[in-house]
Amino acid sequence: MSTSHERTRGRPDYIRIEGLSKHFGDGGEGVLALKDIDCSIEQGSFVTIVGPSGCGKSTLLRILAGLLDYGTGQVVLDGQSIRGTRRDVGVVFQSSILLPWRTILENVMLPAEVLGLPIKRARERAMQLLHMVRLEGFEHKLPRQLSGGMQQRASIARALLHDPKILLMDEPFGALDAMTRERMNLELQRIWIESGKTVVLITHSIPEAVFLGDRVFVMSPRPGTLERVLPIDLPRPREMAVMSDPVFAAATASIRERFSHAASFD
Amino acid sequence: MTQATLSTSAEPVSVPGTKPLPRPRARPPLSNATRVQAVLLLAAILGLWEAGVRLSGVSRQLLPPVSDIAVALWNGFNTAPMAKDGYWYHSAITLSEIFLGFVVGSVVGLAIGIVVSQVPRLEALASPYIAALQSVPKVALAPIIVVWLGFGISSKVMIICLLTFFPVLVTSIAGFKAVDADRIDLLRSLSATRWQIFRYTKFPSALPYIFAGLNMAAAFSVVGAVVGEFVGAQAGLGVLILQSEAQADSAGSFAVMVVLSVIGIALTAALRKVQQRVLHWMPADSSQRTVNS
Repeated sequence: MSTSHERTRGRPDYIRIEGLSKHFGDGGEGVLALKDIDCSIEQGSFVTIVGPSGCGKSTLLRILAGLLDYGTGQVVLDGQSIRGTRRDVGVVFQSSILLPWRTILENVMLPAEVLGLPIKRARERAMQLLHMVRLEGFEHKLPRQLSGGMQQRASIARALLHDPKILLMDEPFGALDAMTRERMNLELQRIWIESGKTVVLITHSIPEAVFLGDRVFVMSPRPGTLERVLPIDLPRPREMAVMSDPVFAAATASIRERFSHAASFD
Repeated sequence: MTQATLSTSAEPVSVPGTKPLPRPRARPPLSNATRVQAVLLLAAILGLWEAGVRLSGVSRQLLPPVSDIAVALWNGFNTAPMAKDGYWYHSAITLSEIFLGFVVGSVVGLAIGIVVSQVPRLEALASPYIAALQSVPKVALAPIIVVWLGFGISSKVMIICLLTFFPVLVTSIAGFKAVDADRIDLLRSLSATRWQIFRYTKFPSALPYIFAGLNMAAAFSVVGAVVGEFVGAQAGLGVLILQSEAQADSAGSFAVMVVLSVIGIALTAALRKVQQRVLHWMPADSSQRTVNS
């Protein structure tokens, strides 16, 4: 894999999932949301997960975040088995979930308050992060004064405040318009390159998955299984123009074909 | 720092996408024209009242004209503050009952609301009792409470506590329940404890509901004070009303009712001011959308 950007790579099995299955509901009734998921994620890499509705990608992310318990299988993060939420994980949800009664700065500092981190350092870091996501000047505004894209950038800053090693993102740009979305993809790539975190991002959008990911995990529904892992061999940092690259087109076509096999209209 | 990159330039405040913070009021402020209209309306109502009574020959004891009421008000307040027949004394008594009853009843209602919401099993166990007690008209308990606690201030405070307790309890429980599931997930993702979740999301989210309960409680407090004083008291505005009616001084009764209305308005206004400060972050009422908003 050729990269034009040097980045520290770590262990290839930094995140490891083995034989993971998740069942909702009791006994005979209920839904098998995930079946026998096996994969590993390299430290410092950017993994995107794409799949049709109901393929269990959100369930998988919530299990990784420790928000959802799982029945069978193993989920291991940096050598430790995950059973519950962890401080070294940051989560970005589909909506920004900024607390409306707090200013942007106070919102970004929330993890420090909850985790009991020193407030002064946290404030400095919050200001740096707001600068990094290009929201300087908006620290003392209320969330409702910001546009959707700006709110989501604030929630990304918040997710990074406590310096988690892993960033989990559940369709973070789903509620934004297409142009904002493209800009946010570029921003996120820049933030990832600057911070060197391991990122797992869920998306509905095949082009977004291919644009952002080092590898794309393709999932199919009923039950949710990991169909395929597709490495994306495009240099970093990628620009919008890469969407015309034949490698890009081949990747999206390959994934789309997988979708039409796996998904059915319902 | 230059912005010479692929993506956005910094977004200035005037670009659509950010909105300037609107004035932190629950309603738009009254314009001068509206104020004048309000005053004129009041004058018109009072004028009609006065003219109606004097011209229709209705007995002045049945429906006193505004002028008689004004005289009674003047006489009542034109006394020494501690004079037992003056309005100041009785107003002070009633006000202290209202204030104590409102604060104690609301605090206890809120405290129990918090406990019931934080301990899952408690809510299921407690709700039939809450529903049952709520259905009992507390006002009907007033005579018993006066028997228990006597004619002094404490019986009235107790009655008011019972009246204010339930609206605050019920609305706070509803408020804690109504918190956005997403916000709870957010706090959980940060490994928050149950009390941290309460402090950082449940409680702030519930505040609009709690204030709704407090507004109701404020109205009930005034009613509770007067009813309690009707049932058994030595002093207070309710007692004044009873005395006036015993002396066929209906102008006096009406005058006291004016005082009670003013107390009610002042209490509600003060509460609203507090509400606006605490809930400054809430967006303007979107049901009032017009061309200008």
